[in-house]
Amino acid sequence: MTSVGSLNPLDSPAFANYFLDDAYDEMFSSAGAVRPPYAPLIENFLTMSQDELRRRKHSADVSFLNQGITFTVYGRNEGTERIFPHDLLPRLITHAEWAHIEKGLTQRITALNLFLRDIYHEGRILADGLVPREIVFSCKHFRRQMRGFQVPRNVYIAVVGTDLIRLQNGEFVVLEDNLRVPSGVSYMLTSRVVMKRIFPQLFRRCHVRSIEHYSQSLLATLRSLAPEGRPEPTIVVLTPGVFNSAYFEHAYLARQMGIELVEGRDLVTHDNVVYMRTTNGLRRVDVIYRRIDDDFVDPLAFRSESTLGVPGLFNAYRAGNVTLSNALGNGVADDKALYAYVPQIIKYYLGEDPVLNNVETYLLTDRVQRQHVLANLDKLVVKAVGESGGYGMLIGPHSSAEQREDFARQIEADPRNFIAQPTLNFSRAPCMIDDHLEPRHVDLRPYILFGDRVTIVPGGLTRVALRKGSLVVNSSQGGGSKDTWVLNE
Amino acid sequence: MLSRVADSLYWMTRYLERAEHTARLIDVNLTLMLDESPLSADRRWQRVLSGLGNPPDFEWTGDADALANLITFDASNHSSIRSCIISARENARQVREQISSEQWQQLNRLYHEVTRSYTEDPAGAQPSEFLQAVITGTHLFQGVTDSTMNHGEGWRFIQLGRYLERASATLILLSVYTQEFWSQSDLTMEGNEYLEWIGLLRSCTAFEAYRKVYTNDVNPERILEFLLLNEENPHAVRHAIDCVQQALEAIHGEAGKRRAAPLGRIAGRLQATLQFAQVPEIIGQGVGVYLKEILRQCQEIHTNIYQIYIHYSIETALAG
Repeated sequence: MTSVGSLNPLDSPAFANYFLDDAYDEMFSSAGAVRPPYAPLIENFLTMSQDELRRRKHSADVSFLNQGITFTVYGRNEGTERIFPHDLLPRLITHAEWAHIEKGLTQRITALNLFLRDIYHEGRILADGLVPREIVFSCKHFRRQMRGFQVPRNVYIAVVGTDLIRLQNGEFVVLEDNLRVPSGVSYMLTSRVVMKRIFPQLFRRCHVRSIEHYSQSLLATLRSLAPEGRPEPTIVVLTPGVFNSAYFEHAYLARQMGIELVEGRDLVTHDNVVYMRTTNGLRRVDVIYRRIDDDFVDPLAFRSESTLGVPGLFNAYRAGNVTLSNALGNGVADDKALYAYVPQIIKYYLGEDPVLNNVETYLLTDRVQRQHVLANLDKLVVKAVGESGGYGMLIGPHSSAEQREDFARQIEADPRNFIAQPTLNFSRAPCMIDDHLEPRHVDLRPYILFGDRVTIVPGGLTRVALRKGSLVVNSSQGGGSKDTWVLNE
Repeated sequence: MLSRVADSLYWMTRYLERAEHTARLIDVNLTLMLDESPLSADRRWQRVLSGLGNPPDFEWTGDADALANLITFDASNHSSIRSCIISARENARQVREQISSEQWQQLNRLYHEVTRSYTEDPAGAQPSEFLQAVITGTHLFQGVTDSTMNHGEGWRFIQLGRYLERASATLILLSVYTQEFWSQSDLTMEGNEYLEWIGLLRSCTAFEAYRKVYTNDVNPERILEFLLLNEENPHAVRHAIDCVQQALEAIHGEAGKRRAAPLGRIAGRLQATLQFAQVPEIIGQGVGVYLKEILRQCQEIHTNIYQIYIHYSIETALAG
């Protein structure tokens, strides 16, 4: 034991503003002892001088800036490009914790994929009455155009980012499935590069599992979904363009995989075959990793005013000449109302109990549940089912009477559009706020790939609600990120 | 390479080259103005506008500083230096992944310099202060481009944009000067006229180079020869067309020769024309007519590049 290790770190000046309460703290047990995996980390940080810490923090920031790791905030005119705030202290996940998460996510994705196949074909689960038809058919992301269409390898969900949180008892639960166009993986990859450069010794001491193979696995996953008879498929990333908030990520992934980044205007269809315009003429495209929402993919099949997509793309897809990934119509399975049924869905298709539990969810279409929610709006979180990114959300304990009235009105008018959940005191991790360490709420978004097999790179995006007391981790709402270190045994 | 990417790279450099050319033209004329009577100011600034191809919305109202300010800063006009740099950066942003980080940083720096100096103090913004910054900034960008980017297809499209824009700019400027001064040129020049021809050379950063070749004997025929037919002067039309032809051949090589045959013919012919032309011949044909014809061929090259590599129809592409 070093001299620092024998002291309780909570007594050091860096932790002067730190506090522990009934929320799970990632670094300290409720008694205030450092959790064993964090021991090398805390020792390393406490032996560094303030200047040294500041220097490394600065070096990390500059590195993010130079790499152009930015996101776009909607609804503001000036300075819409911002650097993603990044916290220096990594979040650690033990080998055993990860094994559990991996098992649970694999199970969940497998079941959700079977569910999507079922509702776009026979609809057994609906006929058996486990999931109410209204929920599926009233979902605005249900795509009747997908009915009866055989997607390659029956894979609807190839790329997923699932949001997990950790409850007071330390248990990881699923908060949200993102089955359409999940983003954020580029932050996971780039922040790892920066951390490795800034803390090389610490990184080695902690035995962190590598995530370097993500882009290779993504490419392999996409390749495995290529149409029949295309042994050397041409794969592209389809982006809405530079004005999209995740453009950096689209460009980053294309570069990492060594494939073209295309926009809708680069693609043309002819006789149900998709081509990209190159200086060398038209080149056939076999797999499209599309980062455009369903609605905008093809103006002939979906929203006719969209100029982002490619006319005729959907027909080419249905003809089996090109693979779109993720498949269209996935939004029905990550609808926040359907979320409440996922445990039954897992049980129905796999005959297993869910490894990872759900958060308790109230469906507002049910009269009794609705009345309970309306009476307790100040204690609950209400979310609009179709929204993401932290928009369209009411956090009861942090809301004004006016906001609650507004939501109550909206709920009465359209109960299908909302769900409610208890306000969760999810886990916190220490973050560098100015020169001090303070606890902030964090979630975890691992990325799952599903092609000819399931691949989950050991890591993910740990998002931090940087504002004091805030429960919202979304980057558009003042959130930041931490590097996530999954440890070897 | 994606056609859209080639398009963006091509226009990125065309806009930068245009910004640089405009900046130098304004800078040179602001300086020359100090040596002359207010009477000739009229003709000077009309000439500057013609030299820029008479961009719409710019008008000579009698105030040189106001006009210079407008051409430099007016964001609502697509031909202003500020607009050119914004457009160049916008094109670069569309293909951020295709250019080097050094290129992006340099262009970004230039962009911030231009937009900041204006937005901070629109009323007090002085063109002369950063016309030099624009010229230096674009030169830096060219150097960074040549030393950090792969000299592959993308770089070739950058070359095309740079040299086609340069050839056109030099041709237009030459037309304007020869039209105005050629008729009266009995080869003995008065003070002002002498200054104007030097102004032309300076506008093409060619005065020093000219003196090294011809001594300080300023003579319109030699200037025409130097700016049109010289092989080594980087601002001469012939040099620019040589570079265009070189870039095109490399692109044809990578993108298939057969489709590019008509373009190869046009560019090859233009290159040969400039290589073997002689000034007395050109004067015999009429300088104005000759320059106009060369400019038309440059535009034809541009049109053909677009037909073959960028905006080709699907039918022809599928048939080929």
